[in-house]
Amino acid sequence: MDFLNAIVVLANFVIVPGLAYGAQLALGALGVTLIYGILRFSNFAHGDTMAFGTAITILGTNALLALGITFGPLPTALLALPIGIAGTCLLLLGTDWLVYKFYRVKKAAPVILVIVSMGVMFVMNGIVRFIIGVGDVNFADGERFVVTARGFRDATGLAEGLAIRTTQVITVVVALIAMALLFWFLNKTRTGKSMRAFSDNEDLALLSGINPDWVVKVTWMIVAALATTAGVLYGLDKSFKAFTYFQLLLPIFAAAIVGGLGNPLGAIAGGFVIAFSEVTVTYAWRRVVAYLVPEDMAPDGLLQLMSTDYKFAVSFAILIVVLLFKPTGLFKGQSV
Amino acid sequence: MNPAIRTPLLFGFVAVLMIGTGIVQGWNSALLILNMGLISAIMALGVNLQWGFAGLFNIGVMGFVALGGLAAVLVASPPTPGAWQAGGWNILIGLVLGAATVVGAVLAQSRMQKGRLRTITTLAILIVGFVVYRAVFDPGVNAVEAINPSVSGHLGGLNLPILLSWPVGGLLAAGAAWIIGKTALGLRSDYLAIATLGIAEIIIAVLKNEDWLSRGVKNVIGLPRPVPFEIELQQDPAFVERALSFGMNPVTASGIYTKLAYAGLFVIVLLILLWMAEKALNSPWGRMMRAIRDNETAARAMGKDVTARHLQIFILGSAICGIAGAMMTTLDGQLTPGSYQPLRFTFLVWVMVIVGGSGNNWGAVLGGLLIWWLWVQVEPMGLALMQLLSSGLTDGSALQTRMVDAAAHMRLLTMGVLMLIVLRFSPRGLIPER
Amino acid sequence: MTNAYQDSRGNKDRSITNPAGQGSEMPRNKSGKVTAAPSTAFLIGEAMTGGYGKGPDILHDCTIAVDPGEIAVIVGPNGAGKSTAMKAVFGMLNVHSGRVLLDGEDITALTPQDRVVKGMGFVPQTSNIFTSMTVEENLEMGAFIRRDDFRDTMAQIYDLFPILKEKRYQAAGELSGGQRQQVAVGRALMTKPKVLMLDEPTAGVSPIVMDELFDRIIEVARTGIPILMVEQNARQALEIADKAYVLVQGRNAHTGTGKELLANPEVRRSFLGG
Repeated sequence: MDFLNAIVVLANFVIVPGLAYGAQLALGALGVTLIYGILRFSNFAHGDTMAFGTAITILGTNALLALGITFGPLPTALLALPIGIAGTCLLLLGTDWLVYKFYRVKKAAPVILVIVSMGVMFVMNGIVRFIIGVGDVNFADGERFVVTARGFRDATGLAEGLAIRTTQVITVVVALIAMALLFWFLNKTRTGKSMRAFSDNEDLALLSGINPDWVVKVTWMIVAALATTAGVLYGLDKSFKAFTYFQLLLPIFAAAIVGGLGNPLGAIAGGFVIAFSEVTVTYAWRRVVAYLVPEDMAPDGLLQLMSTDYKFAVSFAILIVVLLFKPTGLFKGQSV
Repeated sequence: MNPAIRTPLLFGFVAVLMIGTGIVQGWNSALLILNMGLISAIMALGVNLQWGFAGLFNIGVMGFVALGGLAAVLVASPPTPGAWQAGGWNILIGLVLGAATVVGAVLAQSRMQKGRLRTITTLAILIVGFVVYRAVFDPGVNAVEAINPSVSGHLGGLNLPILLSWPVGGLLAAGAAWIIGKTALGLRSDYLAIATLGIAEIIIAVLKNEDWLSRGVKNVIGLPRPVPFEIELQQDPAFVERALSFGMNPVTASGIYTKLAYAGLFVIVLLILLWMAEKALNSPWGRMMRAIRDNETAARAMGKDVTARHLQIFILGSAICGIAGAMMTTLDGQLTPGSYQPLRFTFLVWVMVIVGGSGNNWGAVLGGLLIWWLWVQVEPMGLALMQLLSSGLTDGSALQTRMVDAAAHMRLLTMGVLMLIVLRFSPRGLIPER
Repeated sequence: MTNAYQDSRGNKDRSITNPAGQGSEMPRNKSGKVTAAPSTAFLIGEAMTGGYGKGPDILHDCTIAVDPGEIAVIVGPNGAGKSTAMKAVFGMLNVHSGRVLLDGEDITALTPQDRVVKGMGFVPQTSNIFTSMTVEENLEMGAFIRRDDFRDTMAQIYDLFPILKEKRYQAAGELSGGQRQQVAVGRALMTKPKVLMLDEPTAGVSPIVMDELFDRIIEVARTGIPILMVEQNARQALEIADKAYVLVQGRNAHTGTGKELLANPEVRRSFLGG
């Protein structure tokens, strides 16, 4: 019984939140890795792209709610998600047309594009603040829990409760669907394969008659969808704040690099690696251990390796350790 | 345009901006902008050294600046009475043990033969070391943080002159840069950018959470100053008399006097660093750096140790950022870990370097002054613009409020647009590299 | 540096930039007009003079031609401009005098991409496969410009290169050198080209594999496709050549059938080691 209780505590505070956070990071890292693979630079504006998509989705949600439309027990934001994706698509395609295209024609060095993306980051950050301000926005509605702690205790008779929030389930389900769609697209469709070919060997792709402009356009559209989805899921799970999204850049980059930049599978693995290490290292293990050891040996301290404020430090430490042992990341990079 | 004319012209333009600010908004505001502008110019100088002359991508400027700020606290603030007896030594010994653990693990990794034994030994060192470290460190921290937490609760500093903290800030930043550079530049491929991004966040997290060190988000206030306080001047009859003889209000005059004193100090530091940077870059060392940047393979073939040179310039550039950080905290008179944000302290410095002209020290200085002026002035200008645009609307209408509110966010937008315009139409910046 | 946008300041930071697979050689300008032009050969690069970008001329009045059913090879010493001549025919460098004619049309103003559409298949010397994609995907990418059903063509290629059929679901980057070259040739054949151009197909493979590759190339030629090939191994190349060009310093030095050139004492002395 104690063992089961320990597992429930673990699930409640580590596994479920870790899965949800990992899925969010993975979706974010997928966007970063696609741009890295195909446009060949790390996009510093990615966090702000996520924020923009979420902001538009929030506006859409508010509009739907004003019209009296809800999604039943599910958050209305899911209905507004396509609006957010469409808006972000327009933003990214517009940015590419206005900003990035010029540098592609000039065959600019990728590092110049990195600096350009810093400029875009400033602009997008400003735009998001224009649109929605700097405050916290909570836009999750509908049923709060799929499984409540009390319901779980009553049903199982265990001392510990397991609460699973709707947003956590939605996060994992939506992320799985998005990932499956992405992999299907990249591996089974003509355009998807041409994107992989372009990433692998640009000259040969051009030689094969692949249209680079189309590849780039499709990439931005997919990135818009991924970034918006990631942003909305994160916002539903926690809350929306422009600055937090900007700060997500570090764990997202860490996830993409740990997995092997340019490799979508790696981005997903990296997202979960980073998320679980953050959660486990900053979790106070006392209650889990208390169930597992005899009563008189129960620990006095919190058994917390590091305070939660150091979660960025954890992403970074994992990153360094992985790079020391596997310089190209867990999965070999570059094979979008 | 000939750079010999262009450079003085652009600096003249910045001078006009500053003087104009003085005339329109008062000399106190102008000097306030100038002082931060000078500090920004020093930060830009540091980043320019790394990016402009070695192509190193440092996006952790914020971290080095914050370390400089910490140096100001550690050097100049008075020690908290009883803190060292209560737990200071525990903390110190704990930190030494922690460092020893890491060194031990690294040694085990490098000295022992590959295999299960090595892995187990390394893990054992890490786990035992961590437990011992926490056992020694935690009581010390608790004891120190328990001392009068509302006003101190930290170890305090060495009570030395705060000017001393400027070189110390540089040293602290250099130390951090050495660790980062050693790890990130030593990896098979170069991963410096993400390493600096990560370490900057970690440094800020430490400052925010290690109350025994920096009082965390409670801030350290009332740091000593290298120049007299305004209030002292206002009480000094000689000063008041002199101010009145110039026809100035003594309160305003005291503000201007102290700010000018700061400006003098900052200009001295800036000129020394600028002179050193220019000298270094026209020396054989500087030529070698540029040779490495322009053709690394050839430089390697000529027997240059590229990694060591990169490490060297990375440390130097970071140290300059650290000095600037200590200067900034000195100017503010307080350390506020919560105020360090990457957009302001990392990416804005990049805007300065890019707009000013990567690879040109004068460009970096110009960028620092110009962009800082703009950063401060965009908000009032945006507000005025919005008020003008919305003047036709009824007062208090939703749209008008929205537009006036939006002016607050003009800053970031303007910086981004400016950076993109310069990158596109003048990719070498306002004062290009020679 | 002339282009400030290309100045990376020597930055090689892998955490922010991706150097792999970046295109460098392919021009991205727009195609000009195609005009009808009667010519003496199926594919001919006529009196071509030109070089890379704004650099010095590498080719001087160089002429290369190939007709259906033929294997034409370009041989010559290192730095003679063999590959350059082939790239000129394919439109990868500036030809400022002379012209390229294919099947009675002047295609000098076309980009390489549009020449592929016109029926030229080109196998570069290096980076000529998509290493992270499977063999079958490589072939599919070869057929990217085709909107019709290309399964027949793929079956033909599998017949021609049985080893590729066996490894069709394996990543091309995992194959051996000779197999990779077969993938590269197979990829180029997927467009059903009217002419196939190979840039040193045997570079870096062992002699045994080289012989096998030559056999395969002859088989391809037997299907009726004219082949233009640059070769480092002059003797073997001349043995299978119907037509051969010896280039020296970007100029035509000797032209004839493979046998003629093999018998030519001057060619033997200078290039074939006696």
